[in-house]
Amino acid sequence: MRHTISVLVENKFGVLSRVSGLFSGRGFNIESLSVAPTLDQTTSRMTIITRGDDAIIEQITKQLNKLIDVIKVIDFSEEDFIERGIVLVKVNSEPNNRAEILRMTEIFRGKVVDVSPKTYTIEVTGAEEKVSAFVEMIKPLGIIEIARSGKIAMSRGKKTLG
Amino acid sequence: MEHTGAEIFVKSLLKQGADLIFGYPGGVVLPIYDELFKTPKLRHILVRHEQGAVHMADGFARASGKPGVALVTSGPGATNTVTGIATAYMDSIPIVVFTGQVPTGLIGNDAFQEADIVGITRPCVKHSYLVRDVKDLANTIAEAFYIATTGRPGPVLVDLPKDVLLAKTRFEYPEKVEMRSYRPTTVANKRQIDRLAAALEEAKRPVLYVGGGMILTNAAAELKKLARAIHAPVTMTLMGLGSFPSLDDLCLGMLGMHGTYRANMAVTHTDLIVALGARFDDRVTGKLDEFAPNAKVAHVDVDPTAISKNVTAHIPVVGDLKDAMKKLNAVIAESKVDWKTKHKPWLDQIDEWKHANKLEYVKKTKVIKPQFVIEEIDRVTGGDAIFATEVGQNQMWAAQYLTLKNPRTFLTSGGLGTMGYGFPAAIGAQAAFPDKVVFDIAGDGSIQMNIQELGTAVQQRLPVIIAILNNGFLGMVRQWQQLFHGNRYSYTCMESQPDFVKLAEAYGALGIRATLPEEVGPALERAIAARRPTIIDFVVDREENVYPMVPAGSPINKMLLA
Repeated sequence: MRHTISVLVENKFGVLSRVSGLFSGRGFNIESLSVAPTLDQTTSRMTIITRGDDAIIEQITKQLNKLIDVIKVIDFSEEDFIERGIVLVKVNSEPNNRAEILRMTEIFRGKVVDVSPKTYTIEVTGAEEKVSAFVEMIKPLGIIEIARSGKIAMSRGKKTLG
Repeated sequence: MEHTGAEIFVKSLLKQGADLIFGYPGGVVLPIYDELFKTPKLRHILVRHEQGAVHMADGFARASGKPGVALVTSGPGATNTVTGIATAYMDSIPIVVFTGQVPTGLIGNDAFQEADIVGITRPCVKHSYLVRDVKDLANTIAEAFYIATTGRPGPVLVDLPKDVLLAKTRFEYPEKVEMRSYRPTTVANKRQIDRLAAALEEAKRPVLYVGGGMILTNAAAELKKLARAIHAPVTMTLMGLGSFPSLDDLCLGMLGMHGTYRANMAVTHTDLIVALGARFDDRVTGKLDEFAPNAKVAHVDVDPTAISKNVTAHIPVVGDLKDAMKKLNAVIAESKVDWKTKHKPWLDQIDEWKHANKLEYVKKTKVIKPQFVIEEIDRVTGGDAIFATEVGQNQMWAAQYLTLKNPRTFLTSGGLGTMGYGFPAAIGAQAAFPDKVVFDIAGDGSIQMNIQELGTAVQQRLPVIIAILNNGFLGMVRQWQQLFHGNRYSYTCMESQPDFVKLAEAYGALGIRATLPEEVGPALERAIAARRPTIIDFVVDREENVYPMVPAGSPINKMLLA
């Protein structure tokens, strides 16, 4: 099962390699990972998308907690949460497909963020399924390049990680 | 007043109460060595190879209970420590390893003797630091010792760039370490202890399964109290040996691949396995699906990742083992159960197993059996000694045939299985206890992996006795080849051997050889009386095997018995 795990860590040298090394060394899977400092510059927040059965996920959260630089771990799968990722897609813009590109972008509430004589670059944000659906829809129109971020996540309501 | 990083290093170690370093100098740590020269109360033992330094720090820690300290230079000095660090990591031994590093401005430049040792050791340390500012140095050292010795202990590495050792700042050593990201659970949950006690009251066939945690937390006295109060049998892992007296009626000996028949049978038939500071290693469980098939599992460990990793725990107890044992003993003391009567049928059954198959071997008059050497070591020392082992047959025979009485007297590389561990570990233990008799029980293969430390032992006058069970083979591998690879002894025979007696003499140590059974006792007595580093070359039966043996992947009640 797919799990979204947020990890609050000390914003220290080498902490990313400790986390990623834990996953590779113990054979856990990472589907995506994103990391950035929080409001408090001494901490960073990581969001890791992983897969595994209950026993593996239990080991993942325990092993993460065991790392000295990890302050807190939340596995969101048990609760209601918001997940967002972003994709930048550069597509061929020909006179005959520009309208279709713009229509798709509008349907997915995306934005055209760069235009050149031959290309449009579109930004779409959303949950995994939405971003994937947009990429699938735009594919037939000729994708030149794609850059997709890891996911970030947050609990709904008052609950916080930090 | 300002001090250099090197001065702060020395002052911090003294503040920490660490007055013994195992080390090897080199370019970037010269500032520290200059301070050591001026600080005689901080003793330094010069090793012959950096791997030896780390094993010595490890052996010192296991024998004394205090954290061990190693100090090496950058590059090859640092990379040579990796096996020692991994050994300590697998067995949860508190050591702090200080490595020199090239100046911060050169890091990443492929500078002379540069190695990314923090990166190289990341998967085998409990934690590591690269100190980039001298202002952080004292704090970092305090944190390193705190992390190494608390929670589930382990090795911590501190990388020290040369410019940090030369830079100056004020010296303030923290009185107390507090870290928001590291707060190990030290107190066992009382409700879980009550559940465990209730399970013990219900159980008909309980087994106490004891690991290295019992030794690390100095809880052996609590274990004795518990086992005797509830008349429950005790089996130990390799790492747990010494925590319960071998000759106690309730002692089943070691379990697992080379465990005793009664221990493996008891674990297979138990209805409640109480794991105390043990981690259900594959060498203990054998085939996992058929391990303790009828048992409820209670598991006490300070490390939550150890619980339900291999075997699902019905009663998990996270916390310091000593605290848990004390609380459990308090609850048991209130119990109205007549434990002796309740467990009599179970102990009778175990007694039957004990008589059905004992540890034994065929004694010979013309050739020394390796097991006989261990029995003689046991007899001559009266068990009042510290025993380190190498890895392989020597280690298993030592585990089976020594009658240990006390914790911290059996030092062995259980998790990583490091050949070459025993001799430097014995030197470390001897440094901690100069007046004790310290043995390294070795094979002719493993002793050659760190034989260079004879120089260290002789220079420091540390009278470690190396007992080589010399069969001219890498014996345990040969045994597997005999049993599972059709007698094809592929590269397990060392056809060229040094003359170990002459080798000892070349280093200025004492060399003794024994080739007949009647020479074994006198050789040991002579070595113990000599009080100097000694090699005894016991020429033993070449193709003796370790039994019982559970073939890898088999359930542990399916033992090869001879």
